[in-house]
Amino acid sequence: MPKLNLNRVPMPRQDPKVRIKNFNEVALGYTPEQAKEEASRCIQCPKHPCIEGCPVDIDIPDFIKAITEGDMPEAVKILKSKNSLPGICGRVCPQETQCEAACTLAKKEAPLAIGRLERYVADWERANKPAIASPVEPTKPTGRRVAVIGSGPAGLTASADLAKMGHKVTIFEALHVAGGVLMYGIPEFRLPKEIVQTEVDYVVSLGADLKLDSVIGKIDTVDELLSNGYDAVFLGTGAGAPIFLNAPGENLPGIYSANEFLTRTVLMKGYLFPEYDTPMPIGKKVAVIGGGNVAMDSARCALRLGAQEVYIVYRRSEAEMPARREEVENAMEEGIIFKFLTNPTGFLGGGRGWVMAMECIKMELGEPDESGRRRPIPKPGSEFLMNVDTVVVALGNNPNPLIAQTTKGLETSRHGTIVADEVTGKTTKEKVWAGGDIVTGAATVISAMGAGKRAAASIDTYLKELS
Amino acid sequence: MYKVLLRQDLAPNIHLFKIEAPGIAKKAQAGQFVMVRVDEKGERIPLTIADWDREEGSITVVFNEVGKTTRKLAVLKEGDFITNFVGPLGLPAHIENFGTVLCVVGGYSVATIVPVVRALKEAGNKIISIIRAPNKEMLFGEKQLGSLSSKLMIVTGDISFDYDGFIIEPLKEILNSEKVGLVITVGPTCVMKLVAAITRPFGVKTIASLNPIMVDGTGMCGSCRVTVSNKTRFACVDGPEFDAYEVDWYSLMARRCTYSGDMTPKLQYKCRNCAQW
Repeated sequence: MPKLNLNRVPMPRQDPKVRIKNFNEVALGYTPEQAKEEASRCIQCPKHPCIEGCPVDIDIPDFIKAITEGDMPEAVKILKSKNSLPGICGRVCPQETQCEAACTLAKKEAPLAIGRLERYVADWERANKPAIASPVEPTKPTGRRVAVIGSGPAGLTASADLAKMGHKVTIFEALHVAGGVLMYGIPEFRLPKEIVQTEVDYVVSLGADLKLDSVIGKIDTVDELLSNGYDAVFLGTGAGAPIFLNAPGENLPGIYSANEFLTRTVLMKGYLFPEYDTPMPIGKKVAVIGGGNVAMDSARCALRLGAQEVYIVYRRSEAEMPARREEVENAMEEGIIFKFLTNPTGFLGGGRGWVMAMECIKMELGEPDESGRRRPIPKPGSEFLMNVDTVVVALGNNPNPLIAQTTKGLETSRHGTIVADEVTGKTTKEKVWAGGDIVTGAATVISAMGAGKRAAASIDTYLKELS
Repeated sequence: MYKVLLRQDLAPNIHLFKIEAPGIAKKAQAGQFVMVRVDEKGERIPLTIADWDREEGSITVVFNEVGKTTRKLAVLKEGDFITNFVGPLGLPAHIENFGTVLCVVGGYSVATIVPVVRALKEAGNKIISIIRAPNKEMLFGEKQLGSLSSKLMIVTGDISFDYDGFIIEPLKEILNSEKVGLVITVGPTCVMKLVAAITRPFGVKTIASLNPIMVDGTGMCGSCRVTVSNKTRFACVDGPEFDAYEVDWYSLMARRCTYSGDMTPKLQYKCRNCAQW
């Protein structure tokens, strides 16, 4: 039996002191030698638990074997047969809790760097062939039309699969570019927008018709789409309604939801103001409230926009933070200051109302709450003031209610999420499926993609039965 | 891409554009708005739908040149294209028979209130209108609004330092002499705030169409959040109409100044060259 190689090849990254002054990708990607070295660590174990760990069932050992054999076109083919957006997943999937956690070598604390290899394969494809010319067999058109609402990860994945199955897909996107949170939420230094656009173009090249500036629920309702020739509808509208603290002073100028902050910075390219028109002025002392990936993204953007001090203010302790460990480490390396067990209670404004201070209270951890994490309890008498001139509230999102409000017969949960079958994505309304954050609440890109895949399969079955 | 079908200059720096947008034209209702992005590097701004033609497939917007985007728009000619035009957004104006409706408008909002007034008239309301314009040169739309109103008052006067008191007496005069069921007001923020203060002692239902800064316009970012009855509301999905007595006007005015290019705190809002106009 060959000796196990437990040396994970590290990912080359930009130096923290350099990268806080630019929006370029932090992770630079493997070289071909590094990729081969890492890929050859895979022991091709017969059980391959990694595949079960993957929400879209990628044939992981096979594409890794292709890398070791130097057969990159084969690696691309295997990867893309299950995952239409590998350049994105390779960058933003929390592999450490998915395929890599299941990896046999994880028991030796040296799981295969599956994510880095996925990224390597996707980047190789982009660099070596024109993205549009993908080797897809044209399928016989079925004559069936599907409306996909939302062009985020769930919608794009469902569209790609449905188009490959021969159905005519029309994607309705509310914003002026496609990609959803991939375009407006995840910063350039984690997920370059050029890559997102390439993946969107790929989905369109499969035969999907993309309609931007189209807000379903306003310009047309779901019922109108169904009576105007669409045989089925997939809802992938996401969790896009920001949660605020509802603390006094929260509407002072200088206080942003993370959605607004990131939309200005990432989607509207506020970091390139005034070359781009949308302003994103940043103060000297920025507090980001929250402990998830969005909070890390916001804090790291604030730094790059020119803030002198950036704080993450989180009400629990480091151990409970839901953000990817890798992103927390990146943020700490970049000099972001973490204030744990701290919760804001209010905001104070200066002249012209601009925020100038945040009232905080220290917290301690009590018994676990419904999320299973220990409940944060304020410590009386521990109130203090933080001088800040910009605040970003990154506490998560509720589902955007527009579709639910304008569609008859669509059951929603108490939280506003659309009720849908876990396996098929079927909703309570005939001919309507749903997946992604609009069903689960804010979650990950990859789980949205998995939902898109499952819904596409279910829609396909339904459409074939119609004929 | 959305074609500019027609442009008219209504007053210095105030323009009317008719844009080809059949999908929006089919669904537009009084009180709704569109989000506009002029070009690939442009920002997104809200503009009220001033009118629509469902057959022609067009939407009319009227705007004042106050910032980068409105200035970029102002140089477009008939036949040019706007990159993005999204709508119809916001909740439509609430239309009911209130008996007599008093409409108080200022600035370029004269044009944008017309569909709402038209709908209110069709619902059986008697309309009285007050138009506030800085001077005769900046006055427009009075014929259109006048034709819908049984009484029209025009109030002009250059905005004095920090204070626009010109509408106070005309407004009180009407409230004292007529039984008004509803006051609707659209225009510069401080005018709307003042209208609410004047009508409050009369106890007349007063609705304002608010004008916060917006980025997406569909409820996803919270840029347009306003405090109404001590609760946070998003003007783009809960409004843009709100009960004028319940709006926190200072908060709205402060948030509207966020990008006026001056981060140094100032104690007063100066009316000349103010971002609120």
